[in-house]
Amino acid sequence: MVVHFVVHDEADSVGVVVVEGVKAGDTLTGWIMDQDHIIGMKVLDDIPIGHKLAIKPLAENDTVIKYGEDVGRTIAPIPAGAYLHVHNVKTKRW
Amino acid sequence: MDLSKATFWGYRRENGRVGVRNHVIILPLDDLSNAAAEAVAHNIKGCMAVSHPYGRLQFGADLELFFRTLIGTGSNPNVAAVVVIGIEEGWTQHVVDGIAKTGKPAAGLGIELRGDHETIMRASRKAKEYVQWASTLVREERPLRDLWVSTKCGESDPTSGSAANPTAGNAFDKLYGQGATLVFGETTELTGGEHLVAKRCRTPEIAAQFMAMFNRYQEVINRHKVGDLSESQPTKGNIAGGLTTIEEKALGNIQKIGKKCTVDGVLDKAEAPAGPGLWFMDSSSAGAEMVTLVAAAGFAVHFFPTGQGNVIGHPILPVIKICANPRTVRTMSEHIDVDVTRLLRREMNLDQAGDLLLDMMFKTANGRLTSAEVLGHREFVLTRLYESA
Repeated sequence: MVVHFVVHDEADSVGVVVVEGVKAGDTLTGWIMDQDHIIGMKVLDDIPIGHKLAIKPLAENDTVIKYGEDVGRTIAPIPAGAYLHVHNVKTKRW
Repeated sequence: MDLSKATFWGYRRENGRVGVRNHVIILPLDDLSNAAAEAVAHNIKGCMAVSHPYGRLQFGADLELFFRTLIGTGSNPNVAAVVVIGIEEGWTQHVVDGIAKTGKPAAGLGIELRGDHETIMRASRKAKEYVQWASTLVREERPLRDLWVSTKCGESDPTSGSAANPTAGNAFDKLYGQGATLVFGETTELTGGEHLVAKRCRTPEIAAQFMAMFNRYQEVINRHKVGDLSESQPTKGNIAGGLTTIEEKALGNIQKIGKKCTVDGVLDKAEAPAGPGLWFMDSSSAGAEMVTLVAAAGFAVHFFPTGQGNVIGHPILPVIKICANPRTVRTMSEHIDVDVTRLLRREMNLDQAGDLLLDMMFKTANGRLTSAEVLGHREFVLTRLYESA
């Protein structure tokens, strides 16, 4: 089984793509590392290796959770499977 | 891996510290002395010039940090002997005296009233004597607890926080259990995870000291920032690699201190720890600055996880690169010492990845040259606190 993305904790809202060449419409296999679960997710965008996808739908101004912790806020609604990065998430610090 | 009886082969120095390299360094006191130091290093095979751009008109706390960094670098157990060259003899001798407190051979030369030629000739004679003496020293078998290990990551991306940093953290947990001396730092790069580090401090007093250092650095950022620091922290390279916010970067960064070890104390920049345990050093998150500060504090081996492929090394501190990004391992393989890409393919667990790093740590301590050493990466970057007078 090929792991396409990893998630630290089942409470997280994002996964990290760990393979190259992920394209919109692909169905990916994700590994939730802390609970050792496998999930599936259809991606809506092309996502480069090392970059993130939302694994849960997020509204504007929601808190993004990774490692079970707050890593920033959304500045636009993000559907599950969409590319999540600086275009739709900002820091809450500085 | 059972580490309870683990040993490594190192050079036991006059003060009891154990190094894993046997460098003779030519240390310029100031920018003006780089040319002479480099000439000596060219003349005498087996020594190394550690050039840098500072050392003139510094004052107050910035000057203290400068001296602490230079003296600390010369005092590091990876160094056998030191020749210091400065434009004038006063500050030169101050650095020589600081290094000589360790008991190791150290000599100094001032250029004024002598010129570069005579300085280079005299320094070369001294360097030849030191190199030939150092080459007679033999490694001794020493217990693992004698090894001081530092960590700092660079050009991070989300694979760093998912695998390369947790690998360093797993190794730190295992080393901590054996009474090793460990350090991490990168004060601003804990932003968003500072509460987790504070919780890991052994006592409320240590947590308060850590938070005071953290808050002081936040004030520096807030005083000088012109935006939200995107492209500086996280860097443009981090963002290109997939890191979105400083909080995400920080939470990935903190994986390097593992799950079990506690923070036993805090250190000022380039300050040597007073005993074993895990120490936090208030430090820049810029790779070469931080590695230079921990080398000056006396650390002998460095764990450097990278995602996008930071190529950093240091003149005297072997920097072991750990990477979990398969694209980086493919495109920059000559820079990577420990490949943990299998971790993200679920073909290896974190315990095995930690052991793989520890295996490379022992090999490095016993003499294997790191990728950065072989490629000639000798970044030596001094942290400045403010302008010169």
